[in-house]
Amino acid sequence: MSDVGTFSTLRRGLALSPELRTGLAGTIALAVLQMAGRVSVPVAVQQCIDHGINGPSGPDTRIVLGYVSITLMVLAVSTFCGFLMTRRLFTVSETALGGLRSRTFRHIHDLSMLHQQSERRGSMVSRVTGDVDQISVFLQTGGVQLMLASGQLIVSSVVMFAYSWQLTLVVLLAFGPAVAVIRLFQRRLASVYRTVRERNGVLLGAVAESVVGATVIRSFGVAGRTGRRIDTAVDDLRTAQQRAMRTSVTSFSSGEIGAGLALSGVVVVGTLLGVAGDLTVGRLTAFLFLVTLFIQPVQIATEQLNEAQNAVAGWRRILDVLDVDPDVADPDDEGVELPAGPLSVRFRDVSFRYPGGPIVLSGVDLELGARRKYAVVGETGSGKTTFAKLLTRLMDPAEGTVLLSGVPLTAVRFSSLRSRVVMVPQDGFLFDATIAENIRFAEPALTDGQLREAFTELGLGDWLAGLPAGLDTPVGERGEALSVGERQLVALVRAYVADPDLLVLDEATSAVDPATEVRLQHALELVTRGRTTVAIAHRLSTAQAADEVIVVDAGRVVQRGPHSVLLTEEDSIYAKLYASWLEQTR
Amino acid sequence: MSSGTGNDVLGRGLRVLGKAIRAEPRLFVVSSLGSSLFGLLIVANSYVVGFLIGHVVAPAFAAHRVSAAGLALAVAALLGISGLRVASIFARRLGAGFMQFRLQARYRRAVTRRYLSLPPEWHQRHATGSLLSNAGSDVEAAFAPIAPLPFAVGTIVMLLGAMITLFATDWVLAMVGVALFPALFALNFFYSRRMSPRQIHAQRMRAKVATVAHESFDGALVVKTMGREADESRRFAVFVTELRDALVAVGRLRGVFDPLMESLPSVGTLAVLVLGTWRLQTGAVTVSEVISVAFLFTVLAFPVRAIGWVIGELPRSVAGWDRVQAVLSAEGDLRYGEGELPGDGPAELRFDRVGYRYAGGPPVLSEVSFTVPAGRTVALVGATGSGKSTIAALALRLVDPDSGNVSLDRVKLPDLSAAALAGASALVPQIPFVFDDTVRGNVSLDRPGIGDDDVWAALRLAQAERFTGGLPERLDTAVGERGTSLSGGQRQRLTLARALAGRPRLLVLDDATSAVDPRVEAAILGALRAAGTSLLVVAYRRASIALADEVVYLHQGRVVATGTHQELMATQEGYRELVTAYEKADK
Repeated sequence: MSDVGTFSTLRRGLALSPELRTGLAGTIALAVLQMAGRVSVPVAVQQCIDHGINGPSGPDTRIVLGYVSITLMVLAVSTFCGFLMTRRLFTVSETALGGLRSRTFRHIHDLSMLHQQSERRGSMVSRVTGDVDQISVFLQTGGVQLMLASGQLIVSSVVMFAYSWQLTLVVLLAFGPAVAVIRLFQRRLASVYRTVRERNGVLLGAVAESVVGATVIRSFGVAGRTGRRIDTAVDDLRTAQQRAMRTSVTSFSSGEIGAGLALSGVVVVGTLLGVAGDLTVGRLTAFLFLVTLFIQPVQIATEQLNEAQNAVAGWRRILDVLDVDPDVADPDDEGVELPAGPLSVRFRDVSFRYPGGPIVLSGVDLELGARRKYAVVGETGSGKTTFAKLLTRLMDPAEGTVLLSGVPLTAVRFSSLRSRVVMVPQDGFLFDATIAENIRFAEPALTDGQLREAFTELGLGDWLAGLPAGLDTPVGERGEALSVGERQLVALVRAYVADPDLLVLDEATSAVDPATEVRLQHALELVTRGRTTVAIAHRLSTAQAADEVIVVDAGRVVQRGPHSVLLTEEDSIYAKLYASWLEQTR
Repeated sequence: MSSGTGNDVLGRGLRVLGKAIRAEPRLFVVSSLGSSLFGLLIVANSYVVGFLIGHVVAPAFAAHRVSAAGLALAVAALLGISGLRVASIFARRLGAGFMQFRLQARYRRAVTRRYLSLPPEWHQRHATGSLLSNAGSDVEAAFAPIAPLPFAVGTIVMLLGAMITLFATDWVLAMVGVALFPALFALNFFYSRRMSPRQIHAQRMRAKVATVAHESFDGALVVKTMGREADESRRFAVFVTELRDALVAVGRLRGVFDPLMESLPSVGTLAVLVLGTWRLQTGAVTVSEVISVAFLFTVLAFPVRAIGWVIGELPRSVAGWDRVQAVLSAEGDLRYGEGELPGDGPAELRFDRVGYRYAGGPPVLSEVSFTVPAGRTVALVGATGSGKSTIAALALRLVDPDSGNVSLDRVKLPDLSAAALAGASALVPQIPFVFDDTVRGNVSLDRPGIGDDDVWAALRLAQAERFTGGLPERLDTAVGERGTSLSGGQRQRLTLARALAGRPRLLVLDDATSAVDPRVEAAILGALRAAGTSLLVVAYRRASIALADEVVYLHQGRVVATGTHQELMATQEGYRELVTAYEKADK
């Protein structure tokens, strides 16, 4: 977040959206024409005063009327150009930013699971919403104004120069110090507004605590504590806002003082020049008008600085995301398809560690046969979930290779991998849609009839029929209208219709109510039939039902074999695990 | 949410402004005075410029001779105006900004105070996201028109001043103002009216895009494992395009307004030139007066926009204000008594014919009676929806029953003070909530009398000592927002330790060890029993149930039977089926 990067961030940010350049020349041309209208008025004033009012034959309405009509026409044209310019600008910028939203959205989905999980969800959302909005506000208000302002600055300078180079020099000299002061303030402004944004974030976090943790805060009687934290955050934000306002006003006033100096300087020097016969009254008057045209852009520039800083910050955050390479990438065209038929699994000396973290899995070397059922068991933190993530290529191993039917996973095209290997995650995430839409997430082409059939095949026909609107029952936000167990049922059907050759189940740890549990076990049995299945098991029943149990402890595979055989290995990890399970169920 | 008719919004918006002014009268007066001074200085400046040209510059040009005194006067006048203007800008902008910030701060405090005092039941009825924006963007929106308000007030003063001087100068030239000012107002007014529905639509689309993105990222793992990235992107793109169209519609309207707003005053200047020349011919005005008036129109345009800014913000302001008011006026606070709970050591919890229903819904509990004797463990067993979690909430008075009584050591809960209640009992909820704080802060919650030793003891009891000891900075380790750096089981144990640290006389566990390994769970429950506190446990796992001295078997909100696990297994068919369902599933 250094200021040094501001310019390069801006440049890179603009480069993200090449669409912004669409018809840019035309837009600029229109802006220049609009500017011509602004400058035409002081020129008209000068001409009218010198030729119409102070003319040789006294005030002459006809001459004035002539100039005024021409200027009116110029104004009409420039107003229309202004309309066209704004319209183009909005269309081009919103189209470009819409593209940026979509691309960033896709990029976030392409990131590896590890990267996705390292970001807070809310901040990922703001990458495609608030951050882009800030850029949009800047491009359309600040950006246009800055563009028009710089155009105005140039045009008015040129016209001023044409009227009198001496007076132009006076204006520039008067503004020199003001510009220097504004530049000086720019750095401070950038830092105070950054503080405002940071404290705003802190405040939102503190408020979230009072909402999300309402029950806990109440039951422990610690409302005072949370209240104090919020108050501090509120006050911190307010002080930062006030400091930012003071800095911004001070910077703005230096432009105002510059304007006063310029105006008085022009009057004094202009009078002296006029006395020497180098200047007419009309020209001096026009010049005074022009000075105001010259002042405005400078002031607008300082006003827009905050927007510009916000936009740069927005771009920076988007770039931060786009700069992260999807490290678990789709080999795409260079990849291969998985061979048809049932899939076998081979872990060849696989190790894994989180970046900068301790080793989670080490030296795992095993082979899993096609169409067999495996249960992976172990304590929390033993590495069994990591095993599942490596198997589905949500992560890549630090060392070693994972192969499916002899093909290294990293060489498999995602389109092939994701259709053949399906994982049912622990929480069985559902979208805020109907049951049918949630199942179709896996296979969009399925008809209602086929969906119903799938439920029936898994023995869930009666459950579906018992729902208020059957397939069209909405499941609510994150599926919360259903119980945890029912959510798992739907997730299971979703996996079933995907018809994978390798099914990886991350069994939910949380207890499910018994009636649903019975359904779940039954459906599970049917879904896994005829497929290679690897279940990260938390339940005895799952382990018992598996052809083989793989016991993981402290990142290593310590035992493997059928349940009945493993039980006979006394004092083993599995025997201990089994004992505690027994205690649970008996 | 509904924007109603335009006039309605205008009226209600002005009332919001009125309330804001009454809340911060001093700052409003300061900034409006500053702004009015600013406006009058704009008028004065035009006349000074005109005067200087007519009475200092032109005569000097004509005479080819400079009057030093005249020039000195010019410089003094221009710099004087400039100085005053700087002062007026400081007063206007700092006044307006501070007023806005103070109002935001005040209402943010008020809203969050309501959050903290409204009961959990109220929280359940409102989506987290909307409560967050009530305190964030809604408060901001409600007071958004405050920033340009003093500017607008000053602009009105400026226009009045301008009209007066125009009439004082020449009635014909004044007619330009008479025609122009209402035109500017009308243009602003129509713009704001036409703009607000477009803005609201765009805002709605923004919210939609955010919702879709939030949900999609929430389900990122499913999207990834099913290989649906491209489809999700297409789904998202549909809303992005709609948002784009909405924003382009906003832009089109602005494209009409902005250039017109800029050109109208220029037309005024040109009209003044024509009419001024005519009036010069008749001798009604002087050259300097014509120049003054022409100059005046060129500088008026910008401030007039401030009025448009205020009107434009009103619909958003009213919508924000309404949502903020909904929180502030929400009712249903629990009133606490003054009573203390006598004695110490384990307390007895008693439910006496308790009934409860959610507003408008069917009864969740009816005639529920049971007792947790001091120092004993009671398990609540029942199928999903039998009312177990509601009982847990009632036991800590997170809600009040519709009928019947809940008492602790024979004191009815509503008679207890908030501190006595919080000190005596603790709940460990199903879903653990972790504060964005250190491990120590999360366990002690800065409650008096809980030192590091107590924190460690609680962590030990909750089987969380080992993993806490392994954290880089142990008790000082920050666990991050919502405890993201911890696993589900670790979060549960941390919240359990938090409950234990206060040495509660009654502990309620609402399926609080579900994400913990069975072995660890058994260790926790054993330790809790040994600690000798009164314990009410909502449980599914049989081990937890078997540990209880007594089991309360619930079915559809009623107590079916009470007894030991063995007794219920022997006598209650439904109970037996429920508890043995796991074994059945194994077959």
